[in-house]
Amino acid sequence: MSRIQTRFAALKKEGRGALIPYLQACDPDYDTSLELLRAMPAAGADLIEIGVPFSDPSADGPTIQAAALRGLKAGATLGRVLEMVRAFRETDNETPIVLMGYLNPIDSYGPAEFCFDSAQAGVDGIIVVDMPTEEADLLDAHAREAGLDIISLVAPTTSNSRLFHVLRDASGFVYYVSITGITGTNSASAADLEKALPRIREATSLPVAVGFGISTPEQARTASRIGDAAVVASALIKTMASTLENGQATERTIPSVLKQLEGLAAAVRA
Amino acid sequence: MTNTPSPLSSPLANSLRSGPDDRGRFGIFGGRFVAETLMPLLFELDEAYRAAQADPEFRRELDYYLKDYVGRPSPLWFAQHLTEELGGAKVYFKREELNHTGSHKLNNVMGQILVARRMGKTRIVAETGAGQHGVATATVCALFGLKCTIYMGATDVERQKPNVFRMHLLGAEVKPVTAGAGTLKDAMNEAMRDWVANVADTYFLVGTVAGPHPYPEMVRDFQSVIGVEVKEQITQAEGRLPDVIVAAIGGGSNAMGIFHPFLDDASVRLIGVEAAGHGLDSGKTAASISRGRPGVLHGNRTYLLQDKHGQIEEAHSISAGLDYPGIGPEHSWLNDIGRAEYVGVTDEEALEAFQVCTRTEGIIPALECAHGLAHVMKIAPAMAKDRIIVLNVSGRGDKDIFTVAHHLGVKL
Repeated sequence: MSRIQTRFAALKKEGRGALIPYLQACDPDYDTSLELLRAMPAAGADLIEIGVPFSDPSADGPTIQAAALRGLKAGATLGRVLEMVRAFRETDNETPIVLMGYLNPIDSYGPAEFCFDSAQAGVDGIIVVDMPTEEADLLDAHAREAGLDIISLVAPTTSNSRLFHVLRDASGFVYYVSITGITGTNSASAADLEKALPRIREATSLPVAVGFGISTPEQARTASRIGDAAVVASALIKTMASTLENGQATERTIPSVLKQLEGLAAAVRA
Repeated sequence: MTNTPSPLSSPLANSLRSGPDDRGRFGIFGGRFVAETLMPLLFELDEAYRAAQADPEFRRELDYYLKDYVGRPSPLWFAQHLTEELGGAKVYFKREELNHTGSHKLNNVMGQILVARRMGKTRIVAETGAGQHGVATATVCALFGLKCTIYMGATDVERQKPNVFRMHLLGAEVKPVTAGAGTLKDAMNEAMRDWVANVADTYFLVGTVAGPHPYPEMVRDFQSVIGVEVKEQITQAEGRLPDVIVAAIGGGSNAMGIFHPFLDDASVRLIGVEAAGHGLDSGKTAASISRGRPGVLHGNRTYLLQDKHGQIEEAHSISAGLDYPGIGPEHSWLNDIGRAEYVGVTDEEALEAFQVCTRTEGIIPALECAHGLAHVMKIAPAMAKDRIIVLNVSGRGDKDIFTVAHHLGVKL
């Protein structure tokens, strides 16, 4: 079993959903983001999403845009992100790591090389925001060969028949973009989720993670119960950004983010 | 899906004009690289566009607006004084600057707004660089009473103030984008973010032959009216096709529009002129084909200015309309198969051509097409006097007089 399968199976036994925090690689610098990454599991992260900085994150709101810029300024490259994952794996071989980003840096790195190097580094899954099912043949075979899950995204605009098309060969888990919008803006209501999830579950038996617009412990709890996992991104980055001085980390940076993460985890586990 | 016979562009076997394929690709270029949220909308748009193409009523409606509102056909002008000054090939101007709103942009906007209306959309978002597409979009929104939001880089808002004011007068909301360098690329990102957040009622009116399929095809089809007219007009004037067609390229819609009807006429050289900015090797350029490499941005695979890690670089050009690090995917394909040539012209050369055109022909061209003219000035003198060049004068230069004055050291 893959790390992702093992983790979701274990949580199912525990009878709760997963909490998936997000951090942007090299935001605000490599060392801080690696330290934060290493501390996340103990603070309650069940899986972790690492954002790969891109110059033109057209599906992201202002918070993640700013984080990407800080990451790039601090020298983030895909190679550097993989280095970070390798360093994380020295001390943690269980927490699943999923990279989330845009296609061009991967395309530039080389799709086959990227899949191989990612798996070698200890990455479990990849989410490519601007690579819909219709274009996924670019990575599919390489990812399969490397044992990497390509995490399929579905949205409120995805019709029932399209859900079956998109999720036909899905693996790992399914990422439900719960609002029509960009990251860190609106939130879906519990009622929205109650309506959407059965539709998705018709088309897949994979766990469903709910993301976009989840910021409070209450929202994380709701999403992780109606779905199988809650992704929290912008809310954590907002906290991190508020602790920076002149774009640099301060002693408050890591404790503040971890404290918020603990609060989210407590709600998911309650 | 692409088999519906189209009055705008008939798919032909063994023709360079039959692209894109059903994945929206021209060779390896094009495609649909967008978030899942937008995919259903692209399919919906594709269907609506095919239905419109197949509907004679749509064609009649578009023809009516093109003739009586846009002012088509635009004339083909023999630039005699310029020709004499250059002393070589005969130079003709395709006068797209005479269209309503002063550029070729309205051809596309008119077509798309009719598609948007058929789809029942009530709100339009668009990106703009120089503001020509923004003004064209705001214009048709005023005409049809639709809500209109235009995203424009903050830098461009500053250097294209008259167009910003025009858009305001036309009732559009202009949102300055401060991300990145505050130019067209950043405006495009922001327009896509708006679209994804307002999918139910909003139509994204793309201004150039780029973006996810079917935009590159649809915009090209609507702009092809330029080349179709040129073919007829030059045949009438000269009894034959031109030897060379020159057009400036930002995203490449005016060039694609004039090139496309000639793709199968092998005797006609097609030259796209990219903005070289401070020079092709200065690092301050917008020449995506000359200095970029293929990658994925804004929904399509195409030549992009990017660093070795796949991060997109900022483009530079004196002309806000050419200041984009990508290019339409069909151009990338035409370059790779060798059907069209792509060259660079610097800010300096464009400024010089701007003045020559104004002085010899009494036509103030947009800085965009001044790039095209600068290349014409390079090649015409060495060509025989019976050779023919057609330059697409895609827009008028009134919007640029402040920029030009600034560069000439004149205070207005």
